[in-house]
Amino acid sequence: MSRESMEYDVVIIGGGPSGLSTAIKLKQLDPNLNICLLEKASEIGAHILSGNVFETRALDELLPNWRELNSPIKTKVTKEKFLFLGKTKSLSWPTWLLPKVQQNHKNYIISLANLCRWLAEQAENLGVEIFPGFPASEILYNEDGSVKGVATQDMGIDKDGNKKDSFEPGIELLGKVTVFAEGCRGHLGKQLIEKFELNKDKDPQQYGIGFKEIWEIEDKNHEEGLVMHTAGWPLDNNTYGGSFMYHAENKQVFLGYVIGLDYKNPHLSPYDEFQRFKTHPAIKKIIEGGKRISYGARALIEGGFQSLPKMFMPGALLVGCDAGTLNMPKIKGSHTAMKSGIIAAETINEHLKENKDLSIYEDKFKNSWLHKELYEARNVKPSFSWGLILGIIFTGIDQIIFRGNLPFTLKHKHADHETLKPANQMPKIDYPKYDNVITFDKTSSVYLTGTNHADNQPVHLKLKDPDLPINYTLEKFDEPAQRYCPAGVYEVQKENDVNKFVINSQNCIHCKTCDIKEPSQNITWVTPEGSGGPRYGNM
Amino acid sequence: MKILVAVKRVIDYNVQIRVKEDGTGVVTDNVKMSTNPPDDNAIEEAVKIKEAGKATEVVAVTVGEEKAQETVRKALAVGADRGIHVKVDGILEPLAVSKILQKIVDKEKPDLVFMGKQAIDDDCNQTGQMLSALLNWPQATFASKIDVKDNKLEVTREIDEGLETIEINVPAIVTCDLRLNEPRYASLPNIMKAKKKPIEEIAASDLDVDVSPRLEQLKVEEPPKRKAGIKVANVAELVQKLKNEAKVI
Repeated sequence: MSRESMEYDVVIIGGGPSGLSTAIKLKQLDPNLNICLLEKASEIGAHILSGNVFETRALDELLPNWRELNSPIKTKVTKEKFLFLGKTKSLSWPTWLLPKVQQNHKNYIISLANLCRWLAEQAENLGVEIFPGFPASEILYNEDGSVKGVATQDMGIDKDGNKKDSFEPGIELLGKVTVFAEGCRGHLGKQLIEKFELNKDKDPQQYGIGFKEIWEIEDKNHEEGLVMHTAGWPLDNNTYGGSFMYHAENKQVFLGYVIGLDYKNPHLSPYDEFQRFKTHPAIKKIIEGGKRISYGARALIEGGFQSLPKMFMPGALLVGCDAGTLNMPKIKGSHTAMKSGIIAAETINEHLKENKDLSIYEDKFKNSWLHKELYEARNVKPSFSWGLILGIIFTGIDQIIFRGNLPFTLKHKHADHETLKPANQMPKIDYPKYDNVITFDKTSSVYLTGTNHADNQPVHLKLKDPDLPINYTLEKFDEPAQRYCPAGVYEVQKENDVNKFVINSQNCIHCKTCDIKEPSQNITWVTPEGSGGPRYGNM
Repeated sequence: MKILVAVKRVIDYNVQIRVKEDGTGVVTDNVKMSTNPPDDNAIEEAVKIKEAGKATEVVAVTVGEEKAQETVRKALAVGADRGIHVKVDGILEPLAVSKILQKIVDKEKPDLVFMGKQAIDDDCNQTGQMLSALLNWPQATFASKIDVKDNKLEVTREIDEGLETIEINVPAIVTCDLRLNEPRYASLPNIMKAKKKPIEEIAASDLDVDVSPRLEQLKVEEPPKRKAGIKVANVAELVQKLKNEAKVI
């Protein structure tokens, strides 16, 4: 089948902080470059979900005059709290005893989605062509094996794979360099990492699932600029995770929970841990009387330095969390993603002008503050595999006394899909019923995400073996997809006493958790038809 | 034959609408906006008629704030030839919109005016009808099928009793139902080309139309929450409850 093709100097896949920063920096370096940026969401920002306490370091470098450009960065962090939660009690940890990387007094509470919308405006003003609603579904290669570009998804295919009247074939977008900026577990990035063995000699990548809700709360409970984190309850000592609560403008709080996807108990439901967390007296008293206005979830990368793949290959670069530049102890990935985009742009410019090899990306990365940050952060996450208490003690020594410069590097031993123990060896967890005031079921939560996928299109969650969920995973792990999916996409239904695995793909909020956690790696997330997925507002 | 198609920018149909706390309206900040869905059908039909060689030009027009131009741009990407954006800020009632459209019709002299049967934000379902009255043109509302026959249109309408087929003379107003067609996707090359198509910008104030609202909006509030349902043990209990508690039978 022949497709139309369009040629650009640089093709960027993904309109998040890393992709947009790459685009802006490229145009600053050379206004004559033709740059095209594809985004799978219906508009820039609609698939962005993040805390977010924002460190402006990379933005200061990219757009030093951002304060004069009506940016959505307004709420300065004024106060910080860290709580250890027991079942009903809480213990406040003095902030001066927190590692420096967890201190936020120079940072801002922002909506990353709004920041991306604003960055997209800056990029468009510079002449970048941005196309929302066009997922890149396929990587195109030259005969020599180098990356040539991408093809966008065909539109108008029915669920059986036939062309509908509205069929519109995908387009080939060819770039001298293609930049993959899809975010955590990008489905093309995953293929590139495998094909070019970019993760050779690296530790397995580590992931978490992050939930976020936005609440409008009562005036008396709201303290604009307050940043609060918690560790402990409801998670046990062996499960990695914690919460955030950021008091933003307009009486909103951004409330969220992150759980490491290396959890072992298949009965654990990350969604229900988050819902239960909100019932803790220290949290409930803040949101009580308020109203939940948004919900969403997204996987995030936690592997850091040890798991960071090589970020260049012939014809292409990986940026941001498509590679995995998040700084875990800092709980921040936006400024690092942006910095990786800036470095990528400098690399591409020199590659195009002076014919330098794309491998200079690595040298530039190593000489940047981004490398230093990730290096110093590297031992925190693996130390928590010893449990919360030992993790905290080690992190204190590593981060406060040695500032991340201990002369060894701890390893990540397992990929997240390998960590589940058989269901019959692990305790069942009895989650409380939803009260529809503080806690809610998945259906009403997904409703808030504005998620939709056009009817009658192929299921975009592919099973390598369609019988495996019932024949193996159900028996051995009680089919954990029913619980790790934050949108209720996966269900095991009984029909005439026969179990059936159901995929409600129209509910998918594109978090990628199933692609990561499925114990046999049996689920592959591919791009649905353009514009599908959530329509997040200020997430 | 020239077709003028009116399109409106509304909150995307997938977005859960939230009422502002002070009751003055609904939240639109950072909310995904789209073309009013039946307006997409109107554009699609006009483009199809042009592709069938029965029309020479399709002009998309919108009335609204600066960003409403995106809706015209989208119409251009799926086949409209050029666009008109009448700029006006603030709340616009159907009467004001139809008066503005009347001026545009005077200027453009189209043979047909298409638009969606109603907008999904205010659900008024009035603009087409009012424009028909102002122009004294025939109208066909809720069209689910349109046949162009020389100087006449045969239009099938979706009505409460089923389908009604009428014949009207051109020039005419047609308001389009969602069943009329399946709107095409805007392809990437066509989106690029649409960026180069002309959009004429007109300030509403230059049209000498009174756009001030005729209605006073007192308050916007959410509909009451539905109460949770109950499970009954058997049919007898259901009948008893319907009779004595719900009092519906």
